[in-house]
Amino acid sequence: MFHYTIRRLLIAIPTLLIISLIIFLLLDLAPGDPMAQMPLTVPPEVKERMRQALGLDQPLLVRYFLWIKQFFWIEPLNVLDSLFGWNLVGDAQRIISWQTRSPVADIIAQRLPQTLWVVGLAYVIGVLIALPIGIISAYRQYSWFDQIGTFVSMIGFSVPTFFTGVVLIILFSVKLQWFPSIYDTTLVVDDWDSLMKQIRQMVLPVMVLALFNASQISRFMRASMLDNLRQDYVRTARAKGLSEKVVVLVHVLRNSMIPVITVIALGVPTIFGGAIITEQVFKVNGIGQLLISAIQANDVPMVQTLTFIFAVLIVLFNLIADVLYGILDPRIRYD
Amino acid sequence: MTEATVTVSEISEAPSSQWRDVWRQFRHHKGAMFGLVVFTVILLAVIFGPYLWQIDPTQVNMRMRNQGMSAAHPFGTDQLGRDLLARLLAGGRVSLAVGMLAMLLSLVLGTFVGVCAGYSRRLDGLLMRVTDLFLALPLLPLLLVMVMLFRETLSRAFGPETGVFILIVIAIGVTSWMHTARIVRGDVLTLKEREFMLAARSIGTKPSKMVWRHILPNVLSPILVSATLGIASAIITESSLSFLGLGFPPDFPTWGRLLFDAVDQIQLYPIRVILPGVAISLTVLSVNYIGDGLRDALDPRIRGR
Amino acid sequence: MTWKTLLLGATASLAFAQVAQAERGSDGEVRVIYYQAPSILNPYLSAGTKDEEASSLILEPLIRFNPAGEMVPWLVTEIPTLENGGVAEDMKSITYKLKPDLKWSDGTPVTAEDVVFTYEYCTAPGGGCAQASIYEGIDKVEAVDASTVRILFTEPKPVPYVAFAGAQGPILQKQQFADCLGEKAPTCTQQNFNPIGTGPFKVDEFRPNDVITLSANPNYRDPAKPAFAKMTLKGGGDAASAARSVLETGEFDYAWNTQLAPEVLDEMLKGGKGRMVFAFGSLVERLEINLTDASPSLPADERGTVKHPHPILTDIKVRQALSMAIDRALLAEVGYGDAGKPTCNLVPAPAAYADDTNTGCLTQDIEGAKALLEEAGWTVGAGGVREKDGKKLSLLFQTSTNAVRQDFQSIIKEWWNEIGVQTELKNVDGSVFFGSDPGSPDTFPKFWADVEMYANNFNGADPEAYLAERICSKIPSPQTQWQGQNVGRFCVPEYDDLAVQLGQTGDLEKRGEIARKMNDMLTRDSMTILPLVYRGTLSAASNTLGGVDINAWDSQLWNVADWYREK
Repeated sequence: MFHYTIRRLLIAIPTLLIISLIIFLLLDLAPGDPMAQMPLTVPPEVKERMRQALGLDQPLLVRYFLWIKQFFWIEPLNVLDSLFGWNLVGDAQRIISWQTRSPVADIIAQRLPQTLWVVGLAYVIGVLIALPIGIISAYRQYSWFDQIGTFVSMIGFSVPTFFTGVVLIILFSVKLQWFPSIYDTTLVVDDWDSLMKQIRQMVLPVMVLALFNASQISRFMRASMLDNLRQDYVRTARAKGLSEKVVVLVHVLRNSMIPVITVIALGVPTIFGGAIITEQVFKVNGIGQLLISAIQANDVPMVQTLTFIFAVLIVLFNLIADVLYGILDPRIRYD
Repeated sequence: MTEATVTVSEISEAPSSQWRDVWRQFRHHKGAMFGLVVFTVILLAVIFGPYLWQIDPTQVNMRMRNQGMSAAHPFGTDQLGRDLLARLLAGGRVSLAVGMLAMLLSLVLGTFVGVCAGYSRRLDGLLMRVTDLFLALPLLPLLLVMVMLFRETLSRAFGPETGVFILIVIAIGVTSWMHTARIVRGDVLTLKEREFMLAARSIGTKPSKMVWRHILPNVLSPILVSATLGIASAIITESSLSFLGLGFPPDFPTWGRLLFDAVDQIQLYPIRVILPGVAISLTVLSVNYIGDGLRDALDPRIRGR
Repeated sequence: MTWKTLLLGATASLAFAQVAQAERGSDGEVRVIYYQAPSILNPYLSAGTKDEEASSLILEPLIRFNPAGEMVPWLVTEIPTLENGGVAEDMKSITYKLKPDLKWSDGTPVTAEDVVFTYEYCTAPGGGCAQASIYEGIDKVEAVDASTVRILFTEPKPVPYVAFAGAQGPILQKQQFADCLGEKAPTCTQQNFNPIGTGPFKVDEFRPNDVITLSANPNYRDPAKPAFAKMTLKGGGDAASAARSVLETGEFDYAWNTQLAPEVLDEMLKGGKGRMVFAFGSLVERLEINLTDASPSLPADERGTVKHPHPILTDIKVRQALSMAIDRALLAEVGYGDAGKPTCNLVPAPAAYADDTNTGCLTQDIEGAKALLEEAGWTVGAGGVREKDGKKLSLLFQTSTNAVRQDFQSIIKEWWNEIGVQTELKNVDGSVFFGSDPGSPDTFPKFWADVEMYANNFNGADPEAYLAERICSKIPSPQTQWQGQNVGRFCVPEYDDLAVQLGQTGDLEKRGEIARKMNDMLTRDSMTILPLVYRGTLSAASNTLGGVDINAWDSQLWNVADWYREK
């Protein structure tokens, strides 16, 4: 197992390097211009000087290696600096966003809390709803509960979140005025009142996302349970005279959870990626919104760094999922 | 499914009876039948609708702005006097065409990679690494980036509408083939160990013929299931891109675009948001149900119960 | 006209302002929403409107423009003129006197050195200053004494009020930015996000592209202002949700640039929580007509150059017919509602420069347009498209991708269709259309199409530089890397002479006369620019927010110190 993990980690390094090169090249060859958003009153020669100040006149490879160095060396050093109060970075240039002229990493760190709160909570709630629904649906296949569960989860991933989101805002924020329509990222939760406020502003986005997550995971849970319920060992367990509760909740559930847990692990990177559309609709200025606004403004360093971080997370959680699979399922041995 | 008392058919029998069997199973899946009916209706409507309802969806008529429902305009008109029904039909054509073509592309890619990897041991390692690499790329951001990158180049080559159409189909297709590839590879690997493959090989069947005659027909069922699910996710992805303002140009109707354009007016003219929204949801829902039914019907363990 | 409504608006808000006589910070918090979020608080590093306006809460210039487009002394005692001796006789220098006892929000005094430093900051090489153009033509900025600053120009400047004016030219604190000159400018994140200023508010926390929290500046020069102790400037979302949060849910007090369809706004106004405020600056949505042939059959370095005159559009009758077929009032109404007016002028304001006799284009005349085309020899051929000598009257019409512009394109296409002009529409992504990549065939100055539509305005309240963009030498061509804003390739020697004259005339009356003449030459007389809509700025304000005086010549938030809560 250990050897397997190490080998996978080693393979991940060239994979990530290739991904980083692809991302960098793709973005660099894009036809957009970061100065296009400046008003027409700014003359072209001024724009040209601004572009030079962004380092855009450097050759491609120089910029790529600079970015790689910044990403893998200077930014981690900076994290150490801020943790222990050292000064390892010194004057070295960090990855600077074109739009804000500030370090990309700082902005991402600023955006992470709200994304983790909203998207992460929606994921946890989604999983918590999905598991029981999946179990009961499978155990009582084709019962009315299963039919309704299937229907709700079908709705969950068939109705696009931008549609549900917009309708919910009109209904609950504008007509009923129960919840705010704009998410306040500056809210500090320190007492009962602010906690209630925080909950109220999270209800709508979390609801929309949780429904979406729950519908996907409950389908997996159901399918996995169905697979196991038909296995011979279930018949054996029943024949031994074990109670139905023990058979289903201990034997079947344990085995069915193995693929589901890996699916859940594979979904974790999407939490960090933020929910681009939900964040846009509910004005939760998180990572997803950061990415889309950076794309619109042609803020290349920001887009490069964000997409690359997503790639790293996906590679990492793929690895975690595989390792988990090996640990949970004794039949699988990687060595 | 107790009434379905069907003789268990052997795989070695003629394929037609196997499919009849699948159909019999499928027919008893209520959701799937509902999906099939709804999807057929929508498909027929967007294919033949524009011939019956001959108003040009881009025809501006400033005297007929913001009309309500009437005989001349069953769903009313928009802020430029364009007929909403005609726009919905035209939008549906584009959305469904994108969904199906993107699905087809991803299917072809996925099956190709899956069969190659499963069949040839030499290619397996490399192809699976490539698949992992694609799985590791963040998809929605990647899509957004691809759209940002190639939109202009392709618009120039093929005109803004066709260019974006090609771009979106390719972008969705290229980012969604990996699951099909994995499933197909797995199935091919197990198929290779079966006796009939051994038999075929021992009588000297050429590899290409092996693939066409023996492998592809037998991996058809997982492909079919992922095809239906592929249409659904492609339609959702297209409309999400349009909703983020990165899809088709504003004057080109697709369901996602229609919804995006109408969001501002949701309180004034809720029907303009609800119609495309319901159209997207209903299509995706029906396709998903068809996929669900197909999966159940094609599962040999359930089939024939 | 515009002018009157503007004045009326200004007096009305003055009346409001007198009601507010409160003490600093007594009205709690004010919440503002910008649907495009500010990304930096240093306008010298970004010329985006959202960034300029957000920084105007903190940083202030020497002079500002009021909603009527008139200059107001802001950090100085008076506007220097020839009469009061502030402007030298030879018009080569101008002297400003700072108001006494001015303090930065950290309590240190504001001196002439800070003004000098600001000039150095923006002109330092390698800094990429976004506002460099307003400091052009300056030889030197010097501190005469602690509160007097003199600007020396290289050439006589009849209108010297460009530097340190408006939202583009605020004063930075020397002490804070001393280490941020030139190439170091972008690395000064702390300074760019938390500038120390003289304005009514100071930054508590700045989260780029998200939210800014501010509090009243304890050292603001008027001890009674601002009435609000706190301010939150939230960014993100879209215009509709921003308007909704003010007009319907009341979550915010002021929403910036809520450009929406009139009927949508009317519906929101029924919420009864707010009102719309609008102001007009100099922004004009226009059609530019290409006088050169941009057909793809020509070699790339000759395509769209003066070497090949346009085969159809060099005939003024055709251009006029195109203009006559357009109903500008309808366009304004459909696209911009209250924030749009039909116009025939390229310079629609201020009153001193706007030609209000140029109104001929305002009435649509389809029949007249048809007759003109007949006269020019274009007769109706197959499919209703006019032809002449076997050539079809078919045009390529391009613009940037934007919902309103695409609507305009479709409508105009219909009208032109009616008079027998076939139109092919094209839209280009804004970041490419307004980008300045000389290799891209789709930028607006390259103009490889027959007609194009966009909007432009001028900084400050003087159109001299704006009109000077239309002289022969500013024609974009391969030699200029396709830069230059004379995109229609208009070239008349008489116009160039007028441009020179305008640059040498100090007398306001005469300047107006020349500017009006230049404006008419471009529009009414030559029909190379077809102005469509005079676009204003539209924002939503809560009914409980007093003192709002929206301004299109400067930052919308220019008088935020006077805002107060209505009791």
